[in-house]
Amino acid sequence: MIGFLQNLIDALSLGSLYALAALGIGLLFGILRLANFAHGDFITVGAYALIVPSLDVTAKMFIGHWPIILMVPTVCIVVVVLALLADALLFRPLRRASAPTLMIASFALGYIIQNVILMFYGARPKAVDLWSNLSQQVEIGPVRVPQLQLVTIAVTIVLTVGLTLFLRRTSFGVQMRAAAEDFRMARYLGVRANFVVGLAFAISGLLAAAVSLLFLSQSGQLSNSLGVPLMLFAFIATVIGGMGSLTGAVVGGFGVGLVSTMLQAYLPPELRPFRDAFVFAVVILILLYRPGGIIPTKALVQRV
Amino acid sequence: MLEVEDIHVNYGRLVALRGVSVNVDEGEIVCIIGPNGAGKSTMLAAIAGGVPLQSGTVRLAGQTISGMVPEAISRLGVSLVPEGRHVFGTLSVAENLRIGTFQRRDRANVNKDFERILEHFPQLRERLNQPGGRLSGGEQQMLVIARALLTRPRLVLVDEPSLGLAPRIIDQVYEILIDLRRRDGLTLLINEQSSDRVLKFADRIYVLRDGRVQLHDQAANLRGGQAIMSAYFGFQDRHNAPPSERTSS
Repeated sequence: MIGFLQNLIDALSLGSLYALAALGIGLLFGILRLANFAHGDFITVGAYALIVPSLDVTAKMFIGHWPIILMVPTVCIVVVVLALLADALLFRPLRRASAPTLMIASFALGYIIQNVILMFYGARPKAVDLWSNLSQQVEIGPVRVPQLQLVTIAVTIVLTVGLTLFLRRTSFGVQMRAAAEDFRMARYLGVRANFVVGLAFAISGLLAAAVSLLFLSQSGQLSNSLGVPLMLFAFIATVIGGMGSLTGAVVGGFGVGLVSTMLQAYLPPELRPFRDAFVFAVVILILLYRPGGIIPTKALVQRV
Repeated sequence: MLEVEDIHVNYGRLVALRGVSVNVDEGEIVCIIGPNGAGKSTMLAAIAGGVPLQSGTVRLAGQTISGMVPEAISRLGVSLVPEGRHVFGTLSVAENLRIGTFQRRDRANVNKDFERILEHFPQLRERLNQPGGRLSGGEQQMLVIARALLTRPRLVLVDEPSLGLAPRIIDQVYEILIDLRRRDGLTLLINEQSSDRVLKFADRIYVLRDGRVQLHDQAANLRGGQAIMSAYFGFQDRHNAPPSERTSS
């Protein structure tokens, strides 16, 4: 039982990262029909922003050494600016392009970002010590939990609630939801297309930055493809959650985290190396029974 | 107020409008009638900036608006109520109505207008917090008209307001539109498929077929005549065809 609770908190913490990344992907898909495969590389950039660009094997902290009140906003700004640049330079000229074209463009952007990182930071993974004091364990009743996991879960709750309030209560949020449902009609009513899309990119960047910091403090290692597996699982989360549904993205994110942690814990040891194959099998099963995802949206219905 | 001058619109190789010119004066109700596929919806979308023009110009109060993005044209006071209603189904009725007010500079008047518009549409007031998608077809039509009016337009473009509605509801929709014109001096450009209804209240009528204006006249001159029918269906009977058709096509 105690072991199960421990696993559950692991699952929530991993699911949090997937949910945050999935929200960033789902938000853009909802508004632009863009499946942004460069989202993982936004996450990578956020992590690399902490260190001094150099080809050295050891990482030298740059922004990473700033006090946390300065560091977190700076990392957020870096990733948000990157996301806005991606919109302005790449996706805005492609505004009338089809969804597959946008997706291919995002692949290209991802490769460009990975290789630019390679150029300035070198190919070797670098160890980075971010908030290592958070790895201390806290005892909650019989369960011992690393502080970092609690922080991760808390940050996810705060950001999810914040995003929900933003979308429900502010005029910008209402405009974004309207644009996600019927972009052309929203424009006929005076909603500025470029503004709403820019806002979506900015929020997506903000969520990516949060994942950067939380993930890096867990893994402690930088590599130029650090965000790719995160993006992949987050993408799966948005698909099984229902493309374009933000609630679905969060549910899907936690779902993927749960399945993958539980399989890791309870699969027979000789099968554990193949854990991801089992995760994907579960994904296939879900999609067989609910092709539109757990919370299907109009976005997908129209495309089929 | 609105001058549409010789506009051409293609969808790929499909030609939708082949040189259409339409004028609407301030405070007028002008109706465009014509069969399915005549180009009526394309024409309204083209005015609102939703469809790019091949050639021609659209001017609003002397200012060229063709080539502008839809949100810019909306901000200049043109509001489109498109065919098929396009209610934001997951947004509440109140949010649907508010969408068009965010762009307005006269923030102080928004709440006043909101109340005033709800007086015209009492059914909506009871359902402000429900999702727009739950409304009946008639209520949705009321909602999109109310929503368009809340952008505080000078010109409202209404695309087939009667489509898929019961006759009683259609009458109600038109009563509201006419009432708004009388009270607020609203200018209206309305698409319809059937001519009987619009002949009663329109000031002027354009008949559109095959992407061209076939006939254009004061509604009063067309009542009870054969001219509309022959323009609408494209009869080639010389005795029935009005002079304007022979010259314009």
